[in-house]
Amino acid sequence: MIQDKDRKREIIVKRVAQELKDGDLVNLGIGMPTLVANYIPQDIDIMLQSENGFVGLGPAPDECDIDCDIVNAGSQPASIVPGAAFFDSATSFGIIRGGHLDVTVLGALQVDQEGNLANWMIPGKMVPGMGGAMDLVVGAKRVIIAMEHTAKGAPKILKKCTLPLTAAGQVDLIVTEMGVIEKTAKGLVLTEIAPETTVEEVLSATEADLIIADNLKVMDV
Amino acid sequence: MNKIKTIEEALEHIKDGMTISVGGFLACGTPERLIDAIIEKGVKDITLICNDTGFPERGVGKWVVKGMVKKVIASHVGTNPETGRLMNTGEMEVLLVPQGTLAEQVRAGGSGLGGILTPTGIGTVIEEGKQKINVNGKDFLLELPLRADVALVKGSIVDKKGNVYYKKATKNFNPLIATAADLVIVEAEELVEVGEIDPSDVMTPSIFVNMIVEGRK
Repeated sequence: MIQDKDRKREIIVKRVAQELKDGDLVNLGIGMPTLVANYIPQDIDIMLQSENGFVGLGPAPDECDIDCDIVNAGSQPASIVPGAAFFDSATSFGIIRGGHLDVTVLGALQVDQEGNLANWMIPGKMVPGMGGAMDLVVGAKRVIIAMEHTAKGAPKILKKCTLPLTAAGQVDLIVTEMGVIEKTAKGLVLTEIAPETTVEEVLSATEADLIIADNLKVMDV
Repeated sequence: MNKIKTIEEALEHIKDGMTISVGGFLACGTPERLIDAIIEKGVKDITLICNDTGFPERGVGKWVVKGMVKKVIASHVGTNPETGRLMNTGEMEVLLVPQGTLAEQVRAGGSGLGGILTPTGIGTVIEEGKQKINVNGKDFLLELPLRADVALVKGSIVDKKGNVYYKKATKNFNPLIATAADLVIVEAEELVEVGEIDPSDVMTPSIFVNMIVEGRK
């Protein structure tokens, strides 16, 4: 089992990047999902969306190149790539809900075996608001959850989410430092396992019922 | 008709208890000069429609910190701890709305629609108390139009007739709120003569704009 925090993140974001295909329009959530951009294969062309109003999000700019009129959805200074385009918030969410966004990558507080996701509030504690998350999860063609497998040792992949949902039944894939879990009609299937990790370790860190794929592979990370 | 006003002239129209929509996304594309002037005037009991509540020292977040806001309608308040505090003590009402829904509610409010149907929020707390409508086998929530008494818009380049061009990511909610208020005030980062903005580049046509004030660069 991998313990190092940085290595866990590296495994997660590297593996998520392998899911992206040439020509995809992708929205990367705030925090760890943003790091996926660093591992997009050189030979494919990906367009990143920033839901505050553009496609063609580039890397964080150098201090001297900061343009106050370009920020990402987390309010950080951002850059654009050639071919980028700006639009208003209605168009931005039209893109998201209208079937134009191929992949959204988000973190999660909880995910369950029905594909439900909770990532926007903890009643009485943390109520930041859903921002664009509810639209992204409902609208994107493919919803990928990038998160650590447990929170302080407690499973985050549950039989049923206990926190208020962001969306019902929309999650397609969960990528953690322990493995890759696919949501199928039969339930959650562990299709890949991380290096130095055993199936028993994954099972004991997961509350949800987990089907182990017959051809379980080792994550290429 | 001269739409160019001093900040004092524009502020005569801002009263306690009004519903005010403000452009900007986490204070990018926010009319800061108008926001500060409304603080100086001491306007109270504002119902605020904005994507978010900015930061304690930037954007509409300053109104929240000063206790000027009675109710917030926004998609995200996490960057302003004061919003969370006032929400928890019950001093300020906060209605959280998915961002795409908020954008469409404002758009509907400005374009004469009776509401919009969205799949966002189905199966979550957002659907509570709302009408669910099934169209061709799929459930949608009916979300009602949203309008304001006053919209405060930030334009990057504004001509003296009120045509507006927004630079880059400052566009966000600005062109939407400009369509959905009884009084639309644009803060111009740069004010130019009529004709200097190519008509093909106009993003908010002047017909939506009632007043123009000069802003800060």
